[in-house]
Amino acid sequence: MSTAVACHDDAPAPPPFARTGRVQVVLAGNPNVGKTTLFNALTGSMAKVSNYPGITVDRRAGRLALAEGAADLHDLPGTYSLNARSAEEQIAFDAIAGLADTPPPDVVIACVDATQLARSAYLLLQCQELGARCVVALTMFDEAGVAAPDPAALALVLSCEVIPVIARTKYGLAELRAAISRAATAPRHSIWRWAPHAVLRTHLDAVVAALPATWRAGERYGAESPDADDALALWALTCIDSAPDGDELVGIAPGLRAAVDTRHADGATDDGSVLARWAWLDANVAKLPRARPDRSRTERIDRVLLHRVIGFAVFMAVMAVMFMSLFWWAAPVMDGIDHGFKALGGLLREALGDGIVTDFLVDGVIGGVGSVLVFLPQILLLFLFLGFLEDCGYLARVAYLMDRIMRTMNLHGRAFVPMLSGFACAVPAIMATRTMERRRDRILTMMVVPLMTCSARLPVYTLIIGALIPGSHFRQGLLMVAMYLFSVVTALGAAWVMSKTVKPLKAKRMPFLIELPPYRFPRIGDVLRMMWSKASVFLREAGTVILGCSIALWALLYFPRDLPQGSPDYDALIATAPTDDAKVDLEASKAAAHLEASFGGRLGHAIEPAIAPLGFDWKIGVGIVGAFAAREVFISTLGIVYAVGGDADEQSEPLRAKLHEAQRKDGSHAYTPLVGLSLMIFFALACQCMSTLAIVRRETGSLRWPLFLFAYMTTLAWIVSFCVYQGGKLLGFE
Amino acid sequence: MLSLADLALGRSATVRGVDGARAFRRRLLEMGLVPGTQIRVVTVAPLGDPLQIEVRGGQWSLRRAEAAQIAVEPEQAAPAPKPVRKLPVLR
Repeated sequence: MSTAVACHDDAPAPPPFARTGRVQVVLAGNPNVGKTTLFNALTGSMAKVSNYPGITVDRRAGRLALAEGAADLHDLPGTYSLNARSAEEQIAFDAIAGLADTPPPDVVIACVDATQLARSAYLLLQCQELGARCVVALTMFDEAGVAAPDPAALALVLSCEVIPVIARTKYGLAELRAAISRAATAPRHSIWRWAPHAVLRTHLDAVVAALPATWRAGERYGAESPDADDALALWALTCIDSAPDGDELVGIAPGLRAAVDTRHADGATDDGSVLARWAWLDANVAKLPRARPDRSRTERIDRVLLHRVIGFAVFMAVMAVMFMSLFWWAAPVMDGIDHGFKALGGLLREALGDGIVTDFLVDGVIGGVGSVLVFLPQILLLFLFLGFLEDCGYLARVAYLMDRIMRTMNLHGRAFVPMLSGFACAVPAIMATRTMERRRDRILTMMVVPLMTCSARLPVYTLIIGALIPGSHFRQGLLMVAMYLFSVVTALGAAWVMSKTVKPLKAKRMPFLIELPPYRFPRIGDVLRMMWSKASVFLREAGTVILGCSIALWALLYFPRDLPQGSPDYDALIATAPTDDAKVDLEASKAAAHLEASFGGRLGHAIEPAIAPLGFDWKIGVGIVGAFAAREVFISTLGIVYAVGGDADEQSEPLRAKLHEAQRKDGSHAYTPLVGLSLMIFFALACQCMSTLAIVRRETGSLRWPLFLFAYMTTLAWIVSFCVYQGGKLLGFE
Repeated sequence: MLSLADLALGRSATVRGVDGARAFRRRLLEMGLVPGTQIRVVTVAPLGDPLQIEVRGGQWSLRRAEAAQIAVEPEQAAPAPKPVRKLPVLR
């Protein structure tokens, strides 16, 4: 795809820009300044979302049409400062200074919020010190109203072009493009508004001497610039902190780190630069707005939404609607996808006839694609809600309202929404952890969300309670409620324990400073675009893994096709079956025999010694193996094992009867109520879901976290089930 | 000296200094909480924490323990329009 603007033959040859040949433009700005809306308006529909390598921060890039040709526009994560402590915060700095995998951008568009002038100009000062060619996009110009500063006066003060833009009406975009073109060919110079004091000066000189060659202006910009080198040295001096609880930056040369360490520069030097920039901003920029921005509408809404009674009532209502939509509204669509793929499989089977290839295509491939697509309705719905709540400003209020509760478990206030969504499905819930900006908060939430009682556990519990737990419907219902409470308690408890014991998840002493932005009407286009990008990222990066795993799992339960010696000749028996009922029974017995002989069936036998102490036999073992595709597959797998057919569901009376009657070798009941309880606990705690593991791998960008998740949940499940079963037996229960 | 956590609801004050660990202090300073800045506790969350503060025309959520690290000097302003009450402390 290419943009509409072509290169004119009579135009002067484009300057020798960077390695891609196109002008590189980055978009920088604080959170909540309308940066995403501006990015969408500038790039049209051609944006690509990917990941920064090793870090799970969305990296968005698109084409920007300029008069002289197409340019690349990169959207940086919203940030208040270029000073960084973590690899995530470092992205913006690396991109602007040209230290990561990209050359220094030709132009930096700095989004400056007309209602938050001084604070958003702080970031601009840092960019200018680094020697970036800046153009200011003055956003929220309409919202500021009479308080908006005069763009010409601001441009004079900030020494760069200032273009007022209103992205939703495309106002100012043409002027912004023209300004970008002009800036791209302007000479670079580093602009400092303050002079380092004597002590800082000596520190800077020492650190500049230790800058690696690739960090020097001569290498990055192709022209020497002592001021730009000073800016990098100042960044290093401020951000590199080798104390035990220090920085988590990446790609810092050891020599540079050592040079910073030996300066023993501490907070005093930080204060010097921050206070100097603010002194300049207060003297020159803070006076420019002609009035205070009007926040009265936001304050009126806040008085209701943050009210101690009404506010919580509204909060519960919003969360209830969101949750019910995931649980109930998505269900018909998910059932439709399920049935659609079954019907498609049936058609294909009729067309191709029976055989291994047919089984592979129908049960392996089509079934696998269905098991990926079935997640889409919930993902789309959840991100529709999240996008809307985030863009209108309410999600920040959720964090504010819930912080007191969530932080007792060392969770972020924003972890509430993902944990609630976990009751529906862990996959969209884990994707929703991206609304938290710190990696540690996100991963801790991901590690506990799979403990919530998701909707796939529900049929398993229904089957077990119906078949094995005697008593009135009221007692059975009570047990179901208890399972939900149990999951909440274990998830919160696990969060607390892990935040105390697992080193990367320990709470850091960083301020819980969350901006409560003005309420704004979300742009439906931005929300839909975000929904789509989430869905496509899921399909591309997690869906492929899930598809591969489901095909592998199908093969595990399908091959080998030989039945053991001495098995009855089912095909002959089926052919001569006297009645249709007998034929169906025989086919079910054949499927059961094949399953027992498969690798998965042998695996079930092999793990029997490990699960026998929990009260489970090899048949449940096969069910557990099968349930790895999705928990509810446990039921259909058991249906096959017990020869009542793979289409058995949790209400299936024959399956319930078989489970109830099943006997051990000594003639006692195989599945007592105590075994049922142990099995439910096991399903509540074990990470029986490859899709969850696939999405955790994608969202953490590593194999370490999904492996940790699987290991800790399975161990926990085994230990607790063991205690329940063995403890119950000791106490004389059955 | 008074800290931001001790400040009465709705009362304006001037920041005198920010204490605490290096990264914490730098973050607050970069947000513009530099000495001399006007600051106000707008309200407190329904469960008693965090605080909603206003600084430089923007509003933020800040935990009470963190607000205790910010030294402020209340303004010798005219009597408050509303009856001033101390923040409820929830344990």
